[in-house]
Amino acid sequence: MTDSPSFPKPSRRAFLGGSAAVAAGAVAGQAAASGPDPLITEVQPWAQVFGDGVDAVPYGMPIEHESHVVRRNVEWLTADVTSSINFTPIHALEGTITPQGCAFERHHSGAIELSKGDYRLMVNGLVDRPLVFTFADLERLPRNVQTNFCECAANGGMEWGGAQLQGAQFTHGMVHNMEYTGVSLRTLLDEAGVKPEGTWVFVEGADASSNGRSIPMEKALDDVMVAFFANGEALRKEHGYPVRLVVPGWEGNLWVKWLRRIEVTDGPVEGREETSKYTDLMPDGRARKWTWAMDAKSVITSPSPQAPWRQGPGPMVITGLAWTGRGKITRVDISLDGGKNWQEARIAGEPGSMALTRFHFDHDWEGSEMLIQSRAMDETGYVQPTKNALRELRGLNSVYHNNGIQTWWVKPNGEAENVEVS
Amino acid sequence: MSKCRNLLLGAALTALAAPAFADPLGIGRDAHPDEIAAWDVNIMPGGAGLPEGAMDVWDGEQVFIDNCAACHGDFAEGLDNWPALAGGGGSLQDERPLKTVGSYWPHLSTVWDYVNRSMPYGNAQMLEPDEVYGIVAYILYSEGLVEDDFVLSNENFGEIILPNNDGFYIDDRAAVEFPKFTAEPCMSDCKDSVEITRRAADLNVTPRDDAGLIVSTIPDIMGATSEAEVVPAAADAPVAQPSAAEGPDPALVAVGEAAFKQCKTCHQVGEGAANKTGPHLNALFGRTAGTVEGFRYSRQFVAAGEEGLVWTPETLQEFLAQPRDYIKGTRMAFRGFRNAGDAEAVAAYLATFAGDGS
Repeated sequence: MTDSPSFPKPSRRAFLGGSAAVAAGAVAGQAAASGPDPLITEVQPWAQVFGDGVDAVPYGMPIEHESHVVRRNVEWLTADVTSSINFTPIHALEGTITPQGCAFERHHSGAIELSKGDYRLMVNGLVDRPLVFTFADLERLPRNVQTNFCECAANGGMEWGGAQLQGAQFTHGMVHNMEYTGVSLRTLLDEAGVKPEGTWVFVEGADASSNGRSIPMEKALDDVMVAFFANGEALRKEHGYPVRLVVPGWEGNLWVKWLRRIEVTDGPVEGREETSKYTDLMPDGRARKWTWAMDAKSVITSPSPQAPWRQGPGPMVITGLAWTGRGKITRVDISLDGGKNWQEARIAGEPGSMALTRFHFDHDWEGSEMLIQSRAMDETGYVQPTKNALRELRGLNSVYHNNGIQTWWVKPNGEAENVEVS
Repeated sequence: MSKCRNLLLGAALTALAAPAFADPLGIGRDAHPDEIAAWDVNIMPGGAGLPEGAMDVWDGEQVFIDNCAACHGDFAEGLDNWPALAGGGGSLQDERPLKTVGSYWPHLSTVWDYVNRSMPYGNAQMLEPDEVYGIVAYILYSEGLVEDDFVLSNENFGEIILPNNDGFYIDDRAAVEFPKFTAEPCMSDCKDSVEITRRAADLNVTPRDDAGLIVSTIPDIMGATSEAEVVPAAADAPVAQPSAAEGPDPALVAVGEAAFKQCKTCHQVGEGAANKTGPHLNALFGRTAGTVEGFRYSRQFVAAGEEGLVWTPETLQEFLAQPRDYIKGTRMAFRGFRNAGDAEAVAAYLATFAGDGS
């Protein structure tokens, strides 16, 4: 788990060599390109004339060359886009923080527009003083900063029956990771004063779906945050502006957006989103409920079907993400042969608790086909299982919490395909 | 992360986060009882929180058809991709289980609560308590759980126990799965052979772009010139050409396009528009009401067309002001624009679409 590359860095020249060198099968340390590169020998327009002035773009979007790095939805998955999901382009991102603008969205009745001025948050139920907070009130309360992943419980749900979707964006993209600033839920509950019989909280959104979930008091008082900044700026509309709940390590449906009410209760409400949905049907026809925590999971984001390896043989960076709802990632292993042999990947930086963790594996690729996999381990000792190991226990119809090991079949031309292996 | 927090914010904050219950700071104001009554409407298992009210299956059917059937079907069987609410009995161990109120839902309170708080879709929180009782009664009837003379009320609500009430158990992953998934993992020669058993390529259900690539595939920059690079890989839609000079007021059309968002759940317009929950709206003006081929209209809608109703910007605006008064019995769940200007703007927007959606 060292952060120093176990492999020599590819020489800069290999990258600058241009197309001729690549066609010839460039490898690190190649002596020279076949001829001078006009991008270097000729004065290019951008080296000659002005670029944009400082007043051109008051709030910037990614440059047009990155227009593929966008959220995508799969039309056939749901009846309508207002109650649907899209996917983070994790195959094209690096590091651990997900930009808000391409972080996946899950709405139950569309992303609503709610201003800070119109925002009200009620804390009621089994409390000494039922209270109403304005947004300005929330700004007076002590703040914390914490970075957490948010994963939809259905991430990977389409893969229970077998490899189905081509791309890490679609198989694993119902996840994002942001740095949140907000008020601890405990602080708000302290303001209202929880009565001794208050053992649960019911949290509810202001949108037309009024999505509501029940959270046991122990978790509510532990690390749940009422957040209003993400990645240093206000929450985006689609992420719950002006206020959402952050429930570290637990399934995304609990992270209520446009949070309008926190009710202290003496039991779970057992609303629609915690009974008919977000429960896990088992082979015996019974179902698990309250499966809140997300199990340890990982995926190689590149190479992957939407991120083919075009550089040919030689030094190759295999990278991906790992996360767990039960603390920190301690190790990620990589297999290049479909799970027969494993080697430890490098974890980038210090893994955060219940936060996305980036791993890299520096490989000298011979150019032959590979079946690449990643396997995460967390601080509880849990080892990410294979998909078949999960299916043996849970069957094919539990929909949620599919954290099985993903396989990409990388072909000699560098293209990758979603497959499953024996 | 904790390391950063300590560095940046110091020990004071860490101390603040720790105590069991801190003294309140006195932020926030007392909630008014009417405010609590307005927002605290969720129902607990067993029915705590239910308001007074009642309706029988017969009347409930009518409320259901008016408010729910457009998506869930006249018999709660679910249309298109919309959820079926009934008909899943005994299917939970099937290859394709159907999770309906009778087959899966544990509590009737959940049904009442959800219908009341979150439905009808796109027009939520508008039903009267009696209507909610009626809808829930009709769903129970559709599941074969009550007879057609059944009346559901706050009085008898607690007597209804759904068939799958005992079908759930608390998360047991720690006991059942962790022992299997916490062994020290194998690192070498972990299996004899590796065969590919499944290929996503065989299904080919992933969205693709115009070039046939999986959407959002990272563009090839190897040897690309700057000109080639500038072409956005995700150019999904051609840029629309501005219409002829004497076209409709673009500002009004823009307002109409925004207002049409409320309609898009059910109605498609533009290139490739098809009938969904509602008929497509290409070349609407000049069309006799109730005549789009392949769309199943209400009896009343077809009758209106037969009596001579033709869609013009004027008749559309009259309809959109009070749809249910204009055509009594329409299945359209929409209750009309609050702002009359929106109807005019939507008419202007729809006027921009020809028969082929261009």
